[in-house]
Amino acid sequence: MQDTLLIGSRKGLLVYRKGTDGWQLLSQHFLGTAVSAVLATGGRWYAALQDGHFGPKLHASDDGGANWTELEMPAFAAGMEGAPTLELIWTLVAGQDGTLWAGGIPAGLFRSSDAGRSWSLVESLWQRPERAKWFGGGYDHPGIHSILVDPRDPAWLVVGISCGGVLRSRDAGRSWENASTGLWAAYMPPESKEDPDIQDTHRLAQCQAVPQAIWCQHHNGQFVTQDDLGKWVEIWPAEPLSNFGFAVAAHPLDPLTAWFVPAAADDRRIPLEGDFYVLRTRDGGRHYDKLNLGLPAAPAFHLVYRHGLAVDDQGLRLAMASTTGSLWLSEDAGENWLRLSAELPPIACVSFA
Amino acid sequence: MPKLAFTPHLRRHAPPAASIVAADTPRAALELIFREYPQLRGYVLDEQGSLRKHVALFIDGELRRDALDSPVADDAEIYVMQALSGG
Repeated sequence: MQDTLLIGSRKGLLVYRKGTDGWQLLSQHFLGTAVSAVLATGGRWYAALQDGHFGPKLHASDDGGANWTELEMPAFAAGMEGAPTLELIWTLVAGQDGTLWAGGIPAGLFRSSDAGRSWSLVESLWQRPERAKWFGGGYDHPGIHSILVDPRDPAWLVVGISCGGVLRSRDAGRSWENASTGLWAAYMPPESKEDPDIQDTHRLAQCQAVPQAIWCQHHNGQFVTQDDLGKWVEIWPAEPLSNFGFAVAAHPLDPLTAWFVPAAADDRRIPLEGDFYVLRTRDGGRHYDKLNLGLPAAPAFHLVYRHGLAVDDQGLRLAMASTTGSLWLSEDAGENWLRLSAELPPIACVSFA
Repeated sequence: MPKLAFTPHLRRHAPPAASIVAADTPRAALELIFREYPQLRGYVLDEQGSLRKHVALFIDGELRRDALDSPVADDAEIYVMQALSGG
């Protein structure tokens, strides 16, 4: 079991661990500084910081947080056209070959082959001409929030860009193709709503055992592809269930199961009528379970951000945290939830370690 | 020679006390310090070499974010501070 939980909050990194007394706050790191992404891989923890004054930073610990080392930051090269500067690391992912991938705002994809000692920008993605059409969703610049490394081959990559759709590489990032067919955008004029280059994917999640299955929480709906990105199919939760939201988690073993945490709409980023629940499908999106046992009663104003929902490697244990500082755990695939705290800072990301 | 000092917020990465530096611009003064404190660079400047958006540069008590490359007097006092924006 994955008994450690890394929480990236507005005010630092919080580490929870399950002991004989249940889940407890074990340690706190970087207090006062926002943590934008966390990753646990191969016994090492990474924490991406977003210092409001002194820029984004990246730290790693090889001893469970006892000691941290500041690493080289992914960065755009000096003198690049447009003089881009990295505002934050939005997502950090490790491939099974040890390659580290970082997605940023602006939407640079960076690769490290030496565990974060050095980074290089994936130029082939940055130089794609359609990047001129990408735009920020909630931020001034477009960003890469999701990087999927295919369990079949670490050279197979999928990135989700807000707002730039889904792009896929089969050669470790040397070349890319858009894979947004089936997504549509309610926020565009009618003639542009199927434009693959402006789709506001909020989060992507891939089934590890059956990686042909990928889920997407999009700005205006939930989608799934079961055929290796051949086509995205929209799945419509029955009213009054909502289709706006940020987070999605894919069951690691079952390609038909995923969890979402909906909100009302883009202009009301709160639960619909204050009704806070987790949406789960176990049949590929045909039917939904509304899961709320242990979650607060209406009116509740919790919003779960795109990296604020995580599932363990068995598909049973879930962690969820809100931008209003509550943290919940479920040990039974979301049927029952236990709130570990309601007193935390706004939380950006959670990850099992 | 100009004097260069950093906000205590940067104490983990910057010289513990003000430095006297043989430099004729704030950038040249910073570059001299970065030789000894390489990690400090990314805290003060972004990757394009610009002053980070929420870092304040004072020259003789005056806020001069525009003066990174401007000549300074031989007795100038340069302070790199944390802006109150960006917090």
